[in-house]
Amino acid sequence: MSSHYEAPIRKPLIIGDKNYHDVTVDVARPVEGRANKQWWIAFSIALAAFLWGVGCVAYTVGTGIGTWGSNKTIGWAWDITNFVWWVGIGHAGTLISAVLLLFRQKWRMAINRSAEAMTIFSVIQAAMFPVFHMGRPWLAYWVMPIPNQFGSLWVNFNSPLLWDVFAISTYLSVSLVFWWTGLLPDFAMLRDRAITPFTKRIYSTLSFGWSGRAKDWQRFEEVSLVLAGLATPLVLSVHTIVSFDFATSVIPGWHTTILPPYFVAGAIFSGFAMVNTLLIIMRKVSNLEAYITIQHIELMNIIIMITGSIVGIAYITELFIAWYSGVEYEQYAFLNRATGPYWWSYLLMMTCNVVSPQVMWVKKIRTSIMASFIISIVVNIGMWFERFVIIVTSLHRDYLPSSWTMFQPTFVDAGFYIGTIGFFFVLFLLYSRSFPVIAQAEVKSIMKTSSEKYKKLHEQHGHDNHSHSEHNH
Amino acid sequence: MYTFSSRLKTFSLVLIVLGILGIGYSFLTAPKTIEDVEKILKEEEAAHGGHHGAAAHPDAEATVHDAELTPGEGGHQHTTQELHETVPQGDHAVEHAIHDDRGHMENLEKHVTASHDAEAAHADEHHEHLEHVLHQLQNKPWSAVYVAALFFMLLSLGALAFYAIQNAAQAGWSPVLFRVMEAISAYLIPGSVIVFVLLVFGVLHFHHIFIWMDEEVVANDHLLQGKTGYLNGPFFLIRAALFMGGWILYRQYARKNSLLQDDATDNTYYKKNFKASAGFLVFFIVTESIMSWDWIMSVDPHWYSTLFGWYVFASFFVSGITAIAMITLYLKAKGYLEYVNTSHIHDLAKFMFGISVFWTYLWFSQFMLMWYANIPEEVTYYVTRIEEYNLPFFGMVAMNFVFPVLILINTDFKRLSWIVVMAGIIILCGHYLDFYNMIMPATVGDRWFIGAGEIGAILLFLGLFIFVVFTALTKAPLLAKRNPLMEESKHFHY
Repeated sequence: MSSHYEAPIRKPLIIGDKNYHDVTVDVARPVEGRANKQWWIAFSIALAAFLWGVGCVAYTVGTGIGTWGSNKTIGWAWDITNFVWWVGIGHAGTLISAVLLLFRQKWRMAINRSAEAMTIFSVIQAAMFPVFHMGRPWLAYWVMPIPNQFGSLWVNFNSPLLWDVFAISTYLSVSLVFWWTGLLPDFAMLRDRAITPFTKRIYSTLSFGWSGRAKDWQRFEEVSLVLAGLATPLVLSVHTIVSFDFATSVIPGWHTTILPPYFVAGAIFSGFAMVNTLLIIMRKVSNLEAYITIQHIELMNIIIMITGSIVGIAYITELFIAWYSGVEYEQYAFLNRATGPYWWSYLLMMTCNVVSPQVMWVKKIRTSIMASFIISIVVNIGMWFERFVIIVTSLHRDYLPSSWTMFQPTFVDAGFYIGTIGFFFVLFLLYSRSFPVIAQAEVKSIMKTSSEKYKKLHEQHGHDNHSHSEHNH
Repeated sequence: MYTFSSRLKTFSLVLIVLGILGIGYSFLTAPKTIEDVEKILKEEEAAHGGHHGAAAHPDAEATVHDAELTPGEGGHQHTTQELHETVPQGDHAVEHAIHDDRGHMENLEKHVTASHDAEAAHADEHHEHLEHVLHQLQNKPWSAVYVAALFFMLLSLGALAFYAIQNAAQAGWSPVLFRVMEAISAYLIPGSVIVFVLLVFGVLHFHHIFIWMDEEVVANDHLLQGKTGYLNGPFFLIRAALFMGGWILYRQYARKNSLLQDDATDNTYYKKNFKASAGFLVFFIVTESIMSWDWIMSVDPHWYSTLFGWYVFASFFVSGITAIAMITLYLKAKGYLEYVNTSHIHDLAKFMFGISVFWTYLWFSQFMLMWYANIPEEVTYYVTRIEEYNLPFFGMVAMNFVFPVLILINTDFKRLSWIVVMAGIIILCGHYLDFYNMIMPATVGDRWFIGAGEIGAILLFLGLFIFVVFTALTKAPLLAKRNPLMEESKHFHY
């Protein structure tokens, strides 16, 4: 698919003196080896958080939504904030696997597997909020337009919330298929290396009987491209429809046309931040520094910087147009955001999302592991507050001053949220010990063009097999 | 080196001459006085079978609100009467919004007081209406020139933005096309000067495309008074000069570095361009939005949309990419650009396809949200367009979305020159229509038609565009040979 020639000025994507077998061994090691102490500590913490979350959800289901801090004026608060936050995080995975594939970005190959895993795990977290907000989650299937014998029970196709059901479920299914398709040759690799019959059995089931014949590869490439084409509009559509949940209303602060593309940019922004958070830890813990290099982190930082700037432009556009519109309510909504009782959340949002990524203009900072890690966390905090600002501050002072109020989260709100973070990390930690976390088959396909070893060979022997009269080595 | 063939040169000059003739004709035939307008309206009425005009006018089907609050649209006393009855009880904010989004900027207060004396008011109303139609018809040739001037200038800005993105992203496939992109961006200089002069003419009241420049209108319009801190002549022109200056500065600097890199021994100029492009893109994303509010959105000065800037961007961006593809194919057909292969064309066509879909996404987002929320001061923008510009409004969606998607989704089609050229022509016409739909409803209202002025303006700027771009192509080798990514581009194979 991609070109077989690469300009010498491009930095290597695989560091060190790696050959094809080394890649196999490095990727299989975390799966075949034993978990270390750090992994167990992290897993225990995540599991504890998850269990607390389970408790809070059980309490919610048993007692009712009144256990949350939402009130009559602020009917939506942490629940929808967390939902949008998690859905947003998922976007980077799809962008890396689909859009970057279409743009033939070779650097996606080391990070796509984990980014896609992150997508799936975070969509699972997101889905829990609307499901448990229903009060009777066992009737969740009523959101589907299925013929039924309960009478005139039918979904409201005019509601963006229903569009969300379709958007998110499509998104989850396509992401899952995409992820699994890519996993097939890698599962087969684990299967072929497995020593115990049990693991062999498991990985041979997971790899769907991958044979490694030319026909397998040809179909694999073809289906990847088709799925990339299908998933690309999904990157836009999912968060667009999430934004419709707000933008179709007539609530000042919600009803603004920039919301769809700006939500998408924000989603990619927070998603890349989360990929950075996860991979900076993983490359260290699983000894994958040769594949997930500083160059990868730098490129992700640049995407964080670009999407952060786009989000910043959108914030400022909203502010300016609110003034320009001359509509009193619109003007007040934004004035209240910046200077009202929730000014601190607005300030947090602005600093974390607009100001903090701008430091990435400095090469020293965007190539520093520590700085990247800190900023990735800061961005995720900022993006949570962005949703909080949009949702709670737009609602808490509505058209009727007598109903103005504040939002006070309860321990259940917090517990549910922390529980999903715990659940997410439980899934991710399990994944990192049982799945090939790097798409080794794909990484091998760029060895000859993009690895440090081969780049050196090209340089020494002028093996570029193209005539470059003007190359200055 | 490329030589500008005398045939193409003559062709571009013929276009310019034809264009000037068409524009001149449209200015000469525009009505000069109220009497001319009266004559035109009489003729129209006669053509409509002596009916009072209400039924013949599309806005007769407007919503109750519109029908009641639109004074004298189409010369029917009967609607003006309704206005007098409803205005005193009406909600002023809503009236204002609907009122002038239909293109009427008369003083509502005046109507209210005038209603005390119905007889006098009717005479006044009729007179005002005639004056209004006169303004619309006098605006028409100016608007036609403005739309075309803006379209070609922004098209070249779109190509420049694409070039900057290629540089900043260190794209490996596109360097063989750099000289084509640079040549297209050469039009930015004359194009900006022309648009700037048109904006200055507006501030000097030579034309009335921007109604907020009229002090009398502002004096009677509460909402516009609130915007004078931003919408005022001097600040408007300072912004325009600053934005155009910034874009041209980058264009000249990047072109200079690109030429210097040809004979360089290292990558200094390449790196300079990389940095300049990143900086330009930051400047561009900010200025592009503001530019779209200033030069386009403010023709409907009561209406606003936060998405507008990005929507306009998508429109001229895809036009710029289409121009790159079409000029590349022309040069290739003439035997130039030896390193450009079908994979490069394929990639350009992919961008034409992708950005067309992106444009539609933004079009839909803006349209759907306003349609769904149905807030009067917002939705009036689309009501006007659907009622009075139905064919160009929906025709543009077919041309900019349905057609390119259907024709360019096929992999093989993206490699066929004639298909890419055909799709390109449709896309360019469609996006011209997009700009037409953005300007005309505010400046000429329901008095639109595509006549000598519109076609003349397109021909004039197309001729000028061809002349400037192909002259720029002759100035430098068509291959930016020392670009460090050039080998990747030469061997690019999809």
